[in-house]
Amino acid sequence: MPLTPVLSRRWNDTESWTLAAYERSDGYRALRKALTMQPDAITAVVKESGLRGRGGAGFPTGMKWGFIPHAKPGETSGPGVKPKYLVVNADEGEPGTCRDLPQMMNDPHSMLEGIIIASFAIRANLAVIYVRGEAVHAMRRVRAAVDEAYSAGYLGNNVMRSGFALDVIVHPGAGAYICGEETALLDSLEGYRGQPRLKPPFPAISGLYGAPTVVNNVGTLASVPAILLNGADWWKKMGTETSSGTSVFSLTGRVARPGQYEAPMGTTLRELLEMCGGIREGHQLKFWTPGGSSTPLFTDEHLDIPLDFDSVAEAGSMNGTSALMIFDDGDCIVRAVGRWIKFYAHESCGKCTPCREGNPWMVQILDRMERGQAHEEEIDQLLDICDNILGRSFCAFGDGAVSPVMSSIKYFRQEYLDHLTQGGCPLDPARAGQRDLAVTRS
Amino acid sequence: MTAGGAGVSGRQSAAYGPDGRAHTVNSAIDIGDLGASVTEGVVPEGVPPLTEQTRREIREIIARYPRARSALLPMLHLVQSVQGYVSPDGVALCAEELNLTKAEVGAVVTFYTMFKRRSAGEYLISVCTNTLCGFLGGAEIYAALQKQLGVGHDQTTPDGQFTLEHAECLAACDYAPVVTVNYEFFDQESVETTTALIDALRAGRRPDPTRGAPLCSFKEMSREIAGFPAPERAAAAVAGLALGKPTLAGLRLAAERRAGPPGVPPASGSPAPAGKDA
Repeated sequence: MPLTPVLSRRWNDTESWTLAAYERSDGYRALRKALTMQPDAITAVVKESGLRGRGGAGFPTGMKWGFIPHAKPGETSGPGVKPKYLVVNADEGEPGTCRDLPQMMNDPHSMLEGIIIASFAIRANLAVIYVRGEAVHAMRRVRAAVDEAYSAGYLGNNVMRSGFALDVIVHPGAGAYICGEETALLDSLEGYRGQPRLKPPFPAISGLYGAPTVVNNVGTLASVPAILLNGADWWKKMGTETSSGTSVFSLTGRVARPGQYEAPMGTTLRELLEMCGGIREGHQLKFWTPGGSSTPLFTDEHLDIPLDFDSVAEAGSMNGTSALMIFDDGDCIVRAVGRWIKFYAHESCGKCTPCREGNPWMVQILDRMERGQAHEEEIDQLLDICDNILGRSFCAFGDGAVSPVMSSIKYFRQEYLDHLTQGGCPLDPARAGQRDLAVTRS
Repeated sequence: MTAGGAGVSGRQSAAYGPDGRAHTVNSAIDIGDLGASVTEGVVPEGVPPLTEQTRREIREIIARYPRARSALLPMLHLVQSVQGYVSPDGVALCAEELNLTKAEVGAVVTFYTMFKRRSAGEYLISVCTNTLCGFLGGAEIYAALQKQLGVGHDQTTPDGQFTLEHAECLAACDYAPVVTVNYEFFDQESVETTTALIDALRAGRRPDPTRGAPLCSFKEMSREIAGFPAPERAAAAVAGLALGKPTLAGLRLAAERRAGPPGVPPASGSPAPAGKDA
C-alpha cells in the first residue's frame, strides 16, 4: 500500500497554516465550486464518495448531512423550520489519538473550508468549533484562520458574494474527555456539565438548542474540499469498497519513528510498521490498539488485518480513530490496562450507574492484580463487571472502557495469572524503562 | 478531578479486598484533595478582586453566542484569569450575569478539570501519565517532579510558583512522553529535561516550548483561552514554529518514495524549508 497524503499534504508547506499558503495550494477552490452547486448536490457528492466519519464511529458523512430536515413550502412548525447548526468536534482526547491537533496546527484552513461547504450543504448559518481547552496551540491557529477567513470574505454575511451567510465561533472546552461524545459536547456547548443525552432524538433532529445539528470531526471536514475538487470517484480509488479514501494513521509507542502516516483505509499494521521503521530494536510486537484505547486490543496475530471500518470490526475490534498505540514484549499488559481504566474511572461523567461505579471497582482490582495481590477468581469478576457495563449506559464510553479489559483477558489471561502466582509483575521493569526510549527520539 | 464529578470525586466508598484491608476509590485513583465549596467561602487575601472590567468582558463573551448560557465555559476561564482559580465570587458573578443560581454554575465548575478550585501556581505543570506516555517515561517524570517540587497531584508549592498535576491523554502520543506548562507543550521529555525545565522556571527563565507560543503565566493563559489573548500571544499563531519529526514522518516518507494519491503531484515533504525541522 502506498502513502497517500491528502489531509496532511500541506503540513510541510511554508507557513502552511496561513490563508496565503492555503490559497497557493488550491485553497478555497472547492468552496468556489460548491457555491455554484445546489446544496443537496454537494451532499450527494459526499454520499457518493463513501466518506465515513473520522471521529471514531465511521458513520457515513453524506448520510448524516442528508438527515437534516428542511421545511417544505408552507410548513410552519417542526424541526425543518428551525435554524440548522454545524458543530465541529475538535475535542481530541481518546488515548492514542493525536491527528486532529496537527491538522489544526498546520492546515486549519482545509477544515475551515470543509466547514463552510458543509454549512452551505445543510443550510446552516452558524458553525461552532469546539476545541479541546488544553489544546491552546491548535486553538490559536484555528482562531487566526477564522479571522483571516472573515477578512477575505470566506465567512460573514455574504460568503464570496453568494448571498450565503455563515458565522463561525471558536469555543474552548475545559477539560473533560466525555465532551468528545457528540451529545455531551452539545450539552457542554450549551453551558452545562458535559453529560450525554439519550438518543433518539439524534442531533440531526434535535441537537444544539434543540435544533437540527450536524456534528462532524475535524478530519471528516478537512477531507471534504479534496473530495469536492477531485470528485467522489477519485476518493473511492483509495481505500476499500466500504471504507473509502485515506486516513491519517497515528503510530505511537514502541516504534522506531512514531508519527502521522497518511495511507489508504485498509492499510495493515504490517505495512505501517514497515513505514515507521518497525518495533524498537531487540523487541517484539505484543499488543496494540487499532483505534485508541476504547477499541479492543489486537496482538501480533492481527498484523495483516486491513485497517478499515469493516475488516477491523470483523476481527473483533473497531477502527476508531486510526490511533495505533504499539506495545512490545517489555510492556506489562496488566499495568497498561490498569492505567487505562483509571482514565475511564476519572473521566466517567457519572450519569449512568454501571459506568460510574464499575470503572472504579475495576481500578481497585487491577491495581491489586498488578501487585500480585488479587485472587484468580477476580479475573472472572473483572469480566463480570465488564458484562454489567457493556451496553448498559447511555453512550459508548462504558463500552469503550471495557474494551481493553475484555480483550486483554482474552489474549493474555496467562499473564494475569502469572502476576498472581509470582506475587507481582513477571516482567523485568528495567526492560520497559525510560532508557530504551532513546530509539524513539532519534 | 473532573468529569468524574458525580462519580468519583469527593467520596470515599470503601471496598474490601481478600486481604480484608479497605481499599478506597480515592487512594486508587489519586484524585487529590477536592478543597472547599465552589459556591461559598471567602476569597483569600492577595487574590485580586473581580472588577467592572471583568463584568464588561463577560458580557462581550455572552454577545458572541446565540444563547447566553453557551458563554459559561469561556466566562469561567475569564474569572480564573483574574483570580487564578474559580472562586465563589467568580461563580456568583457568572451566575448573576447568566441569571442562574450559584449551584447551577458550581455544578458546571466541578465537572471540568481545567477549572481550579484553589489558587493555581504561576505555572501549571501537567504530566501525561496515561498508559502510553506513562510507559515511555511519563510515570518516572511525574514521580521525579513530585520529589523535586515536594507536592502531589493538584497541589501548589508554598511559594505559589508551581501547581503539579498528572494529566490524562493530551492528544500528543506521537511526541510521548509529553509535559505541558500552562498548556504549552514540551515534547519527548525525560526526567532530565523536565527537571531542568523546572530549575529554569525557578531561576526566572522561561524556556520555549516545543510547539505553541512562548510561556506565560497561568492567569494569562486562562485569559487567552477565554478569547482575550495578549497581542503577542495572538501573533504567535502566525509565527513560524518548529514542526517536529513525528508530524512530518509520513509526509517525508511519501516524498522520498514519490508516493501520493492518484493524479495529485507528490507533496512537499522534503526537503524541509529552513526553520521547520525540529
